[in-house]
Amino acid sequence: MTPLGTAEVAKIAHLARLAIREEEAPAYASNLSAILELVEQMNAVDTTGVTPMAHPLDMAQRLRPDEISETNHRECFQAIAPRTEAGLYLVPKVIE
Amino acid sequence: MKWETVIGLEIHAQLATKSKIFSGASTGYGAEPNTQACAIDLGMPGVLPVLNQEVVRMAAMFGLAIGAEIARRSVFARKNYFYPDLPKGYQISQYELPIVQKGQTIIDLEDGSSKVVGITRAHLEEDAGKSLHEDFQGFSGIDLNRAGTPLLEIVSEPDLRSAKEAVAYMKKLHQLVVYLGICDGNMQEGSFRCDANVSVRPKGDPKFGTRAEIKNLNSFRFVERAIEFEIERQIDLIESGGKVVQETRLYDPDKGETRSMRGKEEANDYRYFPDPDLLPLVLDEAFINAARTELPELPDTKKQRFMEQYELSGYDASVLTVSRDLAGYYEATVAALGGEAKLCANWVMGDFSAFLNKDNRDIADSPVDSVRLAGLLRRIEDRTISGKIAKEVFEAMWAGEGDADAIIEKRSLRQITDTSAIEQVIDDVMAGNPDQLAQYRAGKDKLFGFFVGQVMKLSKGKANPQQVNELLMEKLKG
Repeated sequence: MTPLGTAEVAKIAHLARLAIREEEAPAYASNLSAILELVEQMNAVDTTGVTPMAHPLDMAQRLRPDEISETNHRECFQAIAPRTEAGLYLVPKVIE
Repeated sequence: MKWETVIGLEIHAQLATKSKIFSGASTGYGAEPNTQACAIDLGMPGVLPVLNQEVVRMAAMFGLAIGAEIARRSVFARKNYFYPDLPKGYQISQYELPIVQKGQTIIDLEDGSSKVVGITRAHLEEDAGKSLHEDFQGFSGIDLNRAGTPLLEIVSEPDLRSAKEAVAYMKKLHQLVVYLGICDGNMQEGSFRCDANVSVRPKGDPKFGTRAEIKNLNSFRFVERAIEFEIERQIDLIESGGKVVQETRLYDPDKGETRSMRGKEEANDYRYFPDPDLLPLVLDEAFINAARTELPELPDTKKQRFMEQYELSGYDASVLTVSRDLAGYYEATVAALGGEAKLCANWVMGDFSAFLNKDNRDIADSPVDSVRLAGLLRRIEDRTISGKIAKEVFEAMWAGEGDADAIIEKRSLRQITDTSAIEQVIDDVMAGNPDQLAQYRAGKDKLFGFFVGQVMKLSKGKANPQQVNELLMEKLKG
């Protein structure tokens, strides 16, 4: 496996909306590469016939009945919002 | 060059639950902004999603209805992207293991043929909130009431070859989910909408062309127009030496065109992974069998039965089975009348449907119920009134003037079937129109219609038309 370069680190950071300093990029690149190397090692194990797990717990999802159990707490939630108007959360304009 | 269009649709059907897919907040439409968005919908720290049982049952019913395998084990995944109406920074969806696997449906085309359309998969996911860009200087307003509303995303195979086929398929699925009672089908409110993947290729080319995805089409007409515009745009582009780029486009109904959504080049890197907050969804045979027993008679089966049981044409049967309510009304009318299936079909598809449309009413609050309609049709059948007079009676019934018999009495609309009474009218008409009579007898056969008209007029439309014809024929001969 080719190790990650700083350009890939920058792309991943952008996708995750993480601001990383340019001088830190090489360190991230080598740490992330080490993790991927470990995955590579695990890939070598023969898993033929093993069902991949989607969750570390070997259990099934519980279901709840279709009932309305929540009431309106808008005021409470909006108390910590930076900006609201007419019941809406306001965010810097998103251009489509 | 001859071009072939290739279309696949991704339909989003909002499941008709009371509460959201992962929270107990209401899904009711039209509430004050953010009054139906709870801590889970807002993605507050420390909350956990819990799956709504009803959502699973509805998805299973859909899968069974399209002949698909229902996954005994399916998995929820996170689809990661940033947008203000998506509070968690990811949408919970299903990726590698969706609940509904490959199925199919049959669409009827305009030329009378039918076509099998493959359905690749259908998966459960949550809807996002709504962004309002207009009213706030420099800001966007966010309403998260819709966040967490359950959706079933139904993905078709790229089997559709024209805008018309795409519309026929979308209508078919709309009919199906409404029949199943899993979606209210309200397109104005966004309960049923679709994205269309459109590409073109030289006819006969086995390879697909590069596709563009048109997002968020919420009416059948827009689907047709947007796809037609897009096909033409792509062909023009290629024929003038350009290349179609893979991108997301939006349809502008006012301008009737699609345009590129800029700045989303990186949007397709969703980095799906299984959601650690949700365990795999495991369904046993009992659950699936229970869903199966709840399936209603499906549109195709009902249509076939109507053709056999009531000896209706394919067209009549299609129209009458368009919704469960209309089909039920029709069957109740036939039952109340005790037969005359074709007469019932004509009235249910004709005047009854026309009046419903005119007043924009549902069958449930129609002023004329099936028993009353049958009461009217009985009077046509026993020749108390003619079909033409029946229309007048129906209008009065619709206006709330009572049942057919009461209206016929009150307005004295009873048909004249007494031969001597009709003969009297005919004699009067002949005496009053000597010139026409002479012309007719001299060979001007066309005037027969004139005499029929005069007799009907003089009898105020009440003379039995068949008898009028027969008697006139005799008398005019002289």
